[in-house]
Parts: sequence; C-alpha cells; structure tokens
Amino acid sequence: MAIRRRDFLKSTAAVAASVGLPRLARGNEAAGIYDIERFGNARILHLTDTHAQLNPVYFREPSVNIGVSEMTGRPPHLVGRAFLERFGIRPDSADAYAFTCVEFEKSAGRFGKLGGFAHLKTLIDRLRGDAGEKHSVLVDGGDLWQGTGLANIMRGRDMVEAANLLGIEAMTGHWEFTYGEQALRDNLDHFKGEFLAQNVFLTEEAAFNDARAFDKASGRVFKPSTIKELGGYRVAIVGQAFPYVPIAHPKRFTPDWTFGIREEELQKHVDALRGNDKVDAVILLSHNGMDVDLKLASRVTGIDVILGGHTHDAVPQPIAVKNASGTTLVTNAGSNGKFLAVLDLALDKGKVSDVKYHLLPVYSELLKPDPAMAELIGRVRAPFVTDWTEKIATPDRLLYRRDNFAGPVDELICAALRTELDAEIALSPGFRWGVTALSGQPLTMEDLLAETAISYPETYVQEMTGAEIKDVLEDICDNLFNADPYYQQGGDMVRAGGLGYTCMPTAAIGSRISELRLDNGKALVANHRYKVAGWASVNGQQGAPVWDVVGKYLRSGRMMPERLGSGVTLKGVEGNPGIAGQG
Amino acid sequence: MTTTTGPGPLATRRLILQGAASVALIGLGNLPFAPVRAAANDKYPEEAFKQKSEADAIKALYGKTAEPSDKIKLDAPEIAENGGVVPISVTTTLDKVTSISFFVAENPSALAASYKIPDGTVPSVANRLKMAKTTNVTAIVEADGKLYSATKEVKVTVGGCGG
Repeated sequence: MAIRRRDFLKSTAAVAASVGLPRLARGNEAAGIYDIERFGNARILHLTDTHAQLNPVYFREPSVNIGVSEMTGRPPHLVGRAFLERFGIRPDSADAYAFTCVEFEKSAGRFGKLGGFAHLKTLIDRLRGDAGEKHSVLVDGGDLWQGTGLANIMRGRDMVEAANLLGIEAMTGHWEFTYGEQALRDNLDHFKGEFLAQNVFLTEEAAFNDARAFDKASGRVFKPSTIKELGGYRVAIVGQAFPYVPIAHPKRFTPDWTFGIREEELQKHVDALRGNDKVDAVILLSHNGMDVDLKLASRVTGIDVILGGHTHDAVPQPIAVKNASGTTLVTNAGSNGKFLAVLDLALDKGKVSDVKYHLLPVYSELLKPDPAMAELIGRVRAPFVTDWTEKIATPDRLLYRRDNFAGPVDELICAALRTELDAEIALSPGFRWGVTALSGQPLTMEDLLAETAISYPETYVQEMTGAEIKDVLEDICDNLFNADPYYQQGGDMVRAGGLGYTCMPTAAIGSRISELRLDNGKALVANHRYKVAGWASVNGQQGAPVWDVVGKYLRSGRMMPERLGSGVTLKGVEGNPGIAGQG
Repeated sequence: MTTTTGPGPLATRRLILQGAASVALIGLGNLPFAPVRAAANDKYPEEAFKQKSEADAIKALYGKTAEPSDKIKLDAPEIAENGGVVPISVTTTLDKVTSISFFVAENPSALAASYKIPDGTVPSVANRLKMAKTTNVTAIVEADGKLYSATKEVKVTVGGCGG
C-alpha cells in the first residue's frame, strides 16, 4: 500500500489549532505530524479505551451519535461533515479519516491502519524524550485489558505486560473489573503503575466482614489519587472508574464493591489535594464518559483538566466548562489505540496558567514499531495465533460496529444467533469496542473474537412477551438518551435482529419506542410470546459462547442477510448533526 | 433493640452500626418485625403504611402537604446497583426537626419508613429501600410543625450493554 506522506503532513495541522480560549495558547503549524513544539513545563500523555488492541486496527468512527437535550449538536455529538466543520478538518485528509466516518473505505486504502502498541511505544518514547526527564507522565483511562481473544483468555495479563513496557504509570478501570476481583488483583500485583479509583467502595457487608481495601476508614477499595512531580511542580492525578460496573455487567464479578459517580467524595478529595497536599494542578483520569464528564465539570470545582474515556469519542480539542470556582477542560481521547492525547501544562505555583492539547492520530505506517514491544506482542500471541488465523469468511461488505442503533457487525451476530439458535428475534449489546473489517479481506477467528471477547459470552434463548421486549428496549434507550447525563451509562442501543421499530430519542422513557414489527411485517403483539436469542446477559446463562455460534454460522458459508439497514426509523431528530448527512 | 435473622432486622442492625442508634425506627414498609419506639405515645402509623399513593400516605401520616426545600440533602444513587437494596440517606440543616420519612412513589405502598427525631438529635438518617422499578424517592422532613420535601429519581434498570 503506497502511503503518500505529503497527504499526512499537509492535513494534520488543523487539529493542533487553538481551542479558542484566553487561557489556552495558540497551536503552531507543526513541521511534522509528531513534531510538537515544546510548551510549558509538564507533559501528560493520555491513552484510553485501547481495548487490548496490541496490533494496528481499522476502526470506523460513528455515523450516528445523537445528542439530546443540552447535548444536542455539541461535541461529542457531531459526526461526519458536521464534525469536520466544527473542528476545521479538511474532508479528504488523513485526519478526516482518523476522526470521522467520511469516505472511510476509500481512505482506509490510502492511509492504512491506526494504533498498535509497538507504534504507540515509539511515539510515546519520542514525546517523553522531547519533554525531558521528570517532565512527563503516561496515564491510561481504562478498558486496557479487554477487547481481544488474547486478552480474554489471559484475563488481561498480556496487557499488563504491554502496559509495563509502554510505561503506564497510572490507570483506572472499567472492563478490567469483569475478570473479577482475584484476577484484577493478580494483574495489579504485576502492574508497575498505580490503579486509581476514588469512586469504588466496599459494600457495607464487605466492610463489616473486613474485606480488603486501600483505606478501611473510608471504605475506598483502591488508592484514589497519586501525586507526580513534573518539572518541579506537583500534579495530582485522581482516578475515576466507570461508575456503573455492577449495573452494566454481571454483579457476580464485583460482589463486594459499590461504585457510582460519587461527586461529593470527589469534591472532598480534590479540596484535600489542594488544601493539604498543596498540589499545583489536579487532573481527573476519568472513565465516566464524555457527557457525564461535562456535567461533572460544571458541578465539581478545583479540577483543571478531565482526561476522559469510555464513550470512545475522539474529540480533537478540549471543551471548556465553567463552574463555581473557574474553568475545567474536558477531553475524550477516542479508542482502540487510534489516538494519543498530549496535554502540555504551563504550571505556576498552585495553578495551571496555560494549556495546550493535541489528540494525535497514531498512523501506524508513519511510525516505526518499537522492537522490544513488537517482540513482546509476538511472544504473548504465539501460543494462540495459529488457532485463530484460520479464515472463516470473506465479508461482502464493510463490517463495523460503532453507531447508536446498528452496524453490520451486530447485524451479522444477530443473523447468526437467529439461525443457529432458531429464534424469531435476536438481541446483541450495543458495545462501542470491536474493530472494523474491510470488505473482501479474509475474516479470521481472531477478528471475530475482537467483536465478542468478554468474560460472560454465553448465549441464551428465552421466551419474552412483546411487552417485555418493548420494556427492555425502552430501558436501554433511556441509558443512552436520558436528558440527564448522570442517568446515562454510555454504550449504544441494544441491537435487534428480526425486529424493527421507530425510535424518538428526544421523548421520555416509556414513549421512545413504537411501531415494533417483525421482519415479516407483522406488528409485535404485547401479550404474545416470542423466542428471543441473545448473549452478554447480566444474568448467568448456560449457552455456547457467542463466538462459537457466530463462527459456526460463518463457516457454513453464510454471511449477512439480504435486507440491509437496522430496521430502526428515527423520529424527532431531523437536522440533528449527530446523524451523518444531516445538520 | 433486638435483632433476629432475615432481611429486615439486618437492615436495622446496619442502621445502628452507622451510628443512627439514637433515631427511633418506627417502620420499614412491610418488614416483619415489631416496631421500636422512642416514646410511649408514638403510635405505629398503620393507616399511612397502607396507603397506595404518595399523596395519600403523606396525608395519612402528617395531615398536611410539603413544600420543596434546598435545606434537605437527599443522597441516593442515580441508577441503583440492586433495586432490592437501594441505599438512601437524608440530612438537613432545618431547625426543630421532629420527623423524617421516605416515600417511594411507584411502590405498592408509597411510605417506606418514618423516623421520629427526638429533641437534640442530629437530623440524619439512612435506610435501604426496595424498589421494583424506576421512580421518584421523596424525603419529607417535619420541622417546627411544617413539612418540607426533597425528591430524586432513582433508576432501576435491567442493566447490560455498557460500552
């Protein structure tokens, strides 16, 4: 594949532009994509939601990411050309390819894959070298240990090794918790950095039974924060784990722990860092999701920057949020290792006087892979690679997942579930991880595992009434479109196979979903019972792992059903720039 | 106060462990144990616990209506981790507090618990609510003969599908 280096060079400067705030310095026109002018006295490098993608990937950003209520049309709820316009990115550029879905397939051939830990290692080492010794720190926002077959079978241990070599000094978590407490603690025993979470506490039962905790008095299970000396200043990094772990995942993985946003505890902790520890800056390393972070920034004071993740939003510039005592910048750094965020701080005694932020796309073909990391990746993959490189299908279309309501990956999973488990309807979770596979390229078991590898993959078939199905759709839709971000969990709408419906995202819970109908056109009847197949249930299930079910379906030579599209008709969001081709 | 086995008394024990022992618990919904009373003249509000709707329960318990107050701090999760045991707590800076009660609007019987606050006691109580579905939780504080309220929606979700 011929890479046109000139294309890369002339197209990336726009992203380094100023965020347009008085307190922020203006970016400069970088000579090379990764030549970032020295600025300030402390550099924080931020990775998030890599989902264990050790090797470079294709990942198509969403064409539907609707914001409702106050978030209508505001970043991150802009897609396609509306996104390019908002951030001043040229449509045919490498950055347009990295940040949006615009002409994805065409550009994939032109600019290649992004990410990869060996490539990240080269880039990170270079940026830390530029900053100088004791002037930089590398942090990870979580979802580091899950997302591939390898990470799943090794319960994240491969990623701990990669994180150590990469030099991650602090992290928080989300899917990390889905391996259960013992596996999490075993991994952390091997992790050279610190696992931070101010919002994970022992349940009262666990505290009463004297369960292990970082701080018995408060019940905090993990260290809430760490203080790093950078350029002679003290920078506090506070961890904020995903607040809804026991709700979004089976509670059996974390029976002793209780989560939540914990605004009040966070405020007290930030106040103590400023008042007692006399830190010069406070950074929140967050797995809240961007909408939640934006609200939190308006209510909790004393945080300089929120380095955000979870919702996989690649937002090129920080969003400034005013609160009672000043301004907090909120970022979100994309997913799958596609991006590395560079936060340069100009620190003074007790304050951040200036900030510059770059969200750098990690163009794999422009970075020489680090030999030591490449060796590590080869070594951890070796025992499993041969089993998983067998071609199981050749997709007849682009397979991607990310979108609010549907994507070809999940249409394929639903088709497989319905066929193999003989069900009228299939439901598949709206995960935002899972890489993109190009049309006409061989699809392997490793690729399929990158869409499905979780610690609760069991499939199920159960009978549900039409009313129950509607309730489930309403419930999950509210997790996505509740007007108050604190009631959102991140993730996308559950995918429905064999079932179409109309959705009005701006309505209230109970009235968003209507006109439910089966594939044969018949309306769903409230008190009729339907056979429903699915996977990733929060209740324990006994069926075969979903990757075996989908693998069997693909090996039999079947692909996608003829009918395209999700069967979801949207209402009330005309003109919303969170839908490609609108706004 | 004695404890026996079962979910109700366990909840009671936890209240004591939390330092809420000075608060007299006079009811926990339909939990099967005898009410404990702080004063001899406090009658178990049987009628109030029987009422279906929140408005009827408040009327039966207090005989008047409440006005919203920002002096009440109602702490409850936005999304419940377990609808069977939803932690909730109330503190208030209102003066002369004589009682605090919890209501769950969509529960079969709205009144969940009511506490008498003896003179000189810090008005701070915590409890665990059982909730079948997403609904508003209301705390009523009786202070200086008047009623004040704070409300928060608590979501009880089927879960799953986290990004």
